[in-house]
Amino acid sequence: MTVLGIAGAVRSGQRSARSVVDEYLGAIAEGDDEIHAFNLVAAEQARARADEIDSTVAEGRDPGPLAGVPVALKDNLCTRGVPTTCSSRILEGWVPPYDATVVGRLHGAGAVMVGKTNMDEFAMGSSTENSAFGPTRNPCDTSRVPGGSSGGSAAAVAAGFAPVALGSDTGGSIRQPAALCGVVGVKPTYGLVSRYGLVAFASSLDQIGPFTTTVADAAAVLDVISGPDPRDSTSIGDSQPPVSATLDNGVDGLRVGVLAELSGDGISPDVAARVRAAVSALQSAGARVAEASAPAAVYGLSAYYLIAPAEASSNLARYDGVRYGLRVDGASTPDMNTASRSAGFGDEVKRRIMIGTYALSAGYYDAYYGKAQRVRTLIIDDFASVWDQFDLVVSPTSPTTAFSLGERTADPMAMYMSDVCTVPVNLTGQAAMSVPYGVGDDGLPVGVQILAPALGEPIMFRAAAVLEASR
Amino acid sequence: MGQQRITRAECAHVAALARLELTDEELDRFTGQLDELLDHVAEVEALDVEGLHPTMHALPIANQLRPDVPGEVLDRDEVLAQAPLAEDGQFRVPPVLGEAP
Repeated sequence: MTVLGIAGAVRSGQRSARSVVDEYLGAIAEGDDEIHAFNLVAAEQARARADEIDSTVAEGRDPGPLAGVPVALKDNLCTRGVPTTCSSRILEGWVPPYDATVVGRLHGAGAVMVGKTNMDEFAMGSSTENSAFGPTRNPCDTSRVPGGSSGGSAAAVAAGFAPVALGSDTGGSIRQPAALCGVVGVKPTYGLVSRYGLVAFASSLDQIGPFTTTVADAAAVLDVISGPDPRDSTSIGDSQPPVSATLDNGVDGLRVGVLAELSGDGISPDVAARVRAAVSALQSAGARVAEASAPAAVYGLSAYYLIAPAEASSNLARYDGVRYGLRVDGASTPDMNTASRSAGFGDEVKRRIMIGTYALSAGYYDAYYGKAQRVRTLIIDDFASVWDQFDLVVSPTSPTTAFSLGERTADPMAMYMSDVCTVPVNLTGQAAMSVPYGVGDDGLPVGVQILAPALGEPIMFRAAAVLEASR
Repeated sequence: MGQQRITRAECAHVAALARLELTDEELDRFTGQLDELLDHVAEVEALDVEGLHPTMHALPIANQLRPDVPGEVLDRDEVLAQAPLAEDGQFRVPPVLGEAP
């Protein structure tokens, strides 16, 4: 079922929200032991909420554009009264006293939260294997990873456990798992969606976005969760036009660039072939296609793996055993802080905190962090030139299809390379999404990434709709 | 790989700054992994970025500030209920300086 199909049926009284929710809870109960998409299933709460929606319909009132739509939330989105762990021991058992803004907006639109999804600890990873609660498996092939860090959300939608899930994308954590699981995943323009209540990883890069099975569903959900928020000082102050309104406008006459820096070395030939097929489809639909170049994009990964850990090392200083989460006792407060953090954080989080602390420390700040910030400027300037000539840019989302569980866990650098196509967009703040576009030689899904300038979502979604229709 | 970029002792120092206590095994492993990462990101050293501003925020938007009027606040008891240890409306911690009285 699609988001729009469910909402239409529930709003018109054709179908009860309760029957929809029961059906999805049934699918979770039957299939999630194998997939492990969820850290927590809020079955009772979801049924009670569905009954409320049905009462609203019975009273002749409209519950909203997402009436009765079950939604899965990445476990780094705060949910009042429902544990939020970030898949970390350090937050195990923590119950947030407030809702993230996106959670409130979904609720206000009539959606029904069914559970919290597994993720790489604190969103640090590309395979969901860094979860303290065990890995999530890819529903397309359970010997493979679902990607990450929002692997639980991607898997939940791919497995039919929910028609929509929210994730967060700091370096590709929505788009890469969407590609590996064969669903649609959107990283909106930085600031389009409020980050209030999203547990911070790297604040200048983090952005929340949806996973769905169709482009129109993603547009409908984005329209609900986006918009200014007085609780997030980095949210864009003006409301933007709804992307749903122009979804079917096509790509006739649009200038589409194929990004040279993300189409050669390191991209699997079968993935590259699907991207070429997507470009041909856009061309057939009337787009004008040419090669685009942002030479500094090749330094994106290096800049990212200095900037993101630096911001993380600062953001994660708050987990000190004082106000929430795990405390391991010590003779003094500093001893208690150290004992709590050492016991509560997993390997990858410790590594990133250390990289960040090093890059920010006296004597290395200019050489590493300061340099990375200037490289970030270089990448932004290069993309500014691209947007002078193009409306959109196309690239692979991930250099390969889904890899095997355990394949890259021993080698952090190999894991980091999974993000090579997605990180530049986080550094520039612009919009991007992944659209499933056929399969690779191994029969596993391939995602095509569409990049747009900041607030270019309406045009980006038009191209995504054309690709979806051409499959 | 070129010269070693981070030593085991430096790695231990960074861990201490970050309030992390590592086992010998962790320290050995992380030193190698951090060194490999620093070696990779060193490619940025060769780039000429003289005169470029450091980007802290990707988009040219200023802080969106709400009107300075009191709004809803979190309930103190509800917040303290999440603390590992609380007493008299405050978070309770071990001694910060010196010994416990």
